[in-house]
Amino acid sequence: MKIRLSLFPYLLWMAIFVIVPMMLVVFFSFTDSSGSLTFENLIEAGKYSAVFLRSISLGAASTIICLIIGYPAAHFISKANFKYQNIFIMLLMIPMWTSFLLRTYAWMTLLEYNGLINRLLNFFEIQRLNMINTPGAVMLGMVYNFLPYMILPIYTVLTKIDKKVIEAAQDLGANKLEVFTKVIFPLSIPGIVSGVTMVFVPSVSTFIISKMLGGGSILVIGDLIEMQFLGNAYNPYLGSCISLILMIIIMICMGIMNSLDNGSEEEIFL
Amino acid sequence: MKPSIIKLEKIQVSFNGEIILKELNLDIKEGEFVTLLGPSGCGKTTTLRIIAGFLTPEKGNVFFKGKKINDVPAHKREVNTIFQKYALFPHLNVYENVAFGLRVQKKSESEIKSKVIEMLKMVNLVAYIDRDVNSLSGGQQQRVAIARALANNPKVLLLDEPLGALDLKLRKDMQSELKSIHQKTGITFILVTHDQEEALSMSDTVVVMDKGSIQQIGPPEDIYNEPKNAFVADFIGESNIVPGVMIEDYKVKFYGKEFKCLDKGFEKMSCVDVVIRPEDIKVVPPESGNISGVITSVTFKGVHNEIIVDVEGFKWMIQTTENQEEGNKIGLLIRPDAIHIMKTSSYSSEVGDYSAFSDEFYEEQHH
Repeated sequence: MKIRLSLFPYLLWMAIFVIVPMMLVVFFSFTDSSGSLTFENLIEAGKYSAVFLRSISLGAASTIICLIIGYPAAHFISKANFKYQNIFIMLLMIPMWTSFLLRTYAWMTLLEYNGLINRLLNFFEIQRLNMINTPGAVMLGMVYNFLPYMILPIYTVLTKIDKKVIEAAQDLGANKLEVFTKVIFPLSIPGIVSGVTMVFVPSVSTFIISKMLGGGSILVIGDLIEMQFLGNAYNPYLGSCISLILMIIIMICMGIMNSLDNGSEEEIFL
Repeated sequence: MKPSIIKLEKIQVSFNGEIILKELNLDIKEGEFVTLLGPSGCGKTTTLRIIAGFLTPEKGNVFFKGKKINDVPAHKREVNTIFQKYALFPHLNVYENVAFGLRVQKKSESEIKSKVIEMLKMVNLVAYIDRDVNSLSGGQQQRVAIARALANNPKVLLLDEPLGALDLKLRKDMQSELKSIHQKTGITFILVTHDQEEALSMSDTVVVMDKGSIQQIGPPEDIYNEPKNAFVADFIGESNIVPGVMIEDYKVKFYGKEFKCLDKGFEKMSCVDVVIRPEDIKVVPPESGNISGVITSVTFKGVHNEIIVDVEGFKWMIQTTENQEEGNKIGLLIRPDAIHIMKTSSYSSEVGDYSAFSDEFYEEQHH
């Protein structure tokens, strides 16, 4: 394969900031503070299997919720008048222009025990709700932050579906529901796969959302890794090992998702 | 007389205030091969979409076997379409594409299988049954589209410029294939095309359209030999169209000379358009022709030479096997049966002269 000269800066960037750090992560995963080879980290990381499970189930749940909300939204936008499509997409994008942290803080002030929602409930003499510092609040934060990443790829794929193909299905006798299940949905699977990827990966590895909306009571992998590098538990060797395991888990999940995209849709949807 | 299968009655469609179809009437008989022919923007595809049910006319009625079907949605009409660029389902293989309509109808698996194989046999694609449609060539995709549409046993098959994307050789093959499928199945075919040759060679009836109106309906021979107005004469094949005056029956005057012709029934001394096809003009020495002129260009076309002659400022096209050179003065011999008289129309002064003629211009006009 011929490598073009213009690719060189990119390759250099990749080498310095992706490949070398990855190798360092792998190296640290299997060494201890004295620098000798060990599998101790792996055993240590195994003790946190509950945290792994919690992160993955929280991530999976948010991804599913994003898909359930995002698909109909993307479908609706793609079918709207062209003039309004851009407006809807803008509405989706505008919150992303403000900092991720700021938006999560905003949710804090809404969900707090003395927050906006509870004060409103109090005003109407309804019992205050315990919202913040619950798994629900963390999930809400994830769904809120990552929903655009689900909608956009699905929307893009839906708008690219040839109108003639839909007409062809109608022409052959398919009603609205059949057009959707037999044509639109199968053709939008690539969008679903990239949407799921773009939501699942950051929601499994997030730590700031769980910290802010979970109040530290809901420990996820992100928090655990942060603790190993910045916290009191300082142990970059264990941190690297946990990162490596997380990476492998995500890669396996993505592998499963992609195999769904590559041709098996026929068996599933017929 | 065969019964009517599709009838359009005073159909009117406009888009953003622009009228696409105005008061269009069309009656299509069962088993007929009808072609809607016209330049782009003439309303032919719109007419087809109304019959398919993808478009509801603002005014007017659509009838199927005498029953009004204005409000019947596309998926409930006994009409199937072969789309321009095929519109195959990219996520399904050849078998599933053809089976689509049958699956929607909830046919049994064995029934579907035998029908799909029957259809693929008809279009010679059985060997490709498990293929991904994206891996097929244009001609093969076209065949899948035909099989898919016919698998539903439609009463009417609509073909929206189905051969436009194919190269010339393949197009010719598909033309004869479609014609033989029409004869075999006896289904009513409604073809939309801008290719006049395709229209003439394939159909029983040609409907020439322009600016949202039907200009002429008739069998291909009539359309070619007896065009009703200057638009039809110009659009179907090549024509020299000159203004003339009908002196009396069988006598027309143009270029200040009287010519004998075979046409009658026009008002005496009325203005008319005179059509003379390029292949009907005989090249003779200047003194023995009816009129004469100087050759301005000669183009070799294979079967014949195409000569442009300047006759008193009006450029004529002649197709002849004789070899001539630019600058030669020649006579044009026009026999009575070469002359066709038409009533003048809004198209009269717009077409017929080959002054601006060049191949490039021709392409623009006709494609």
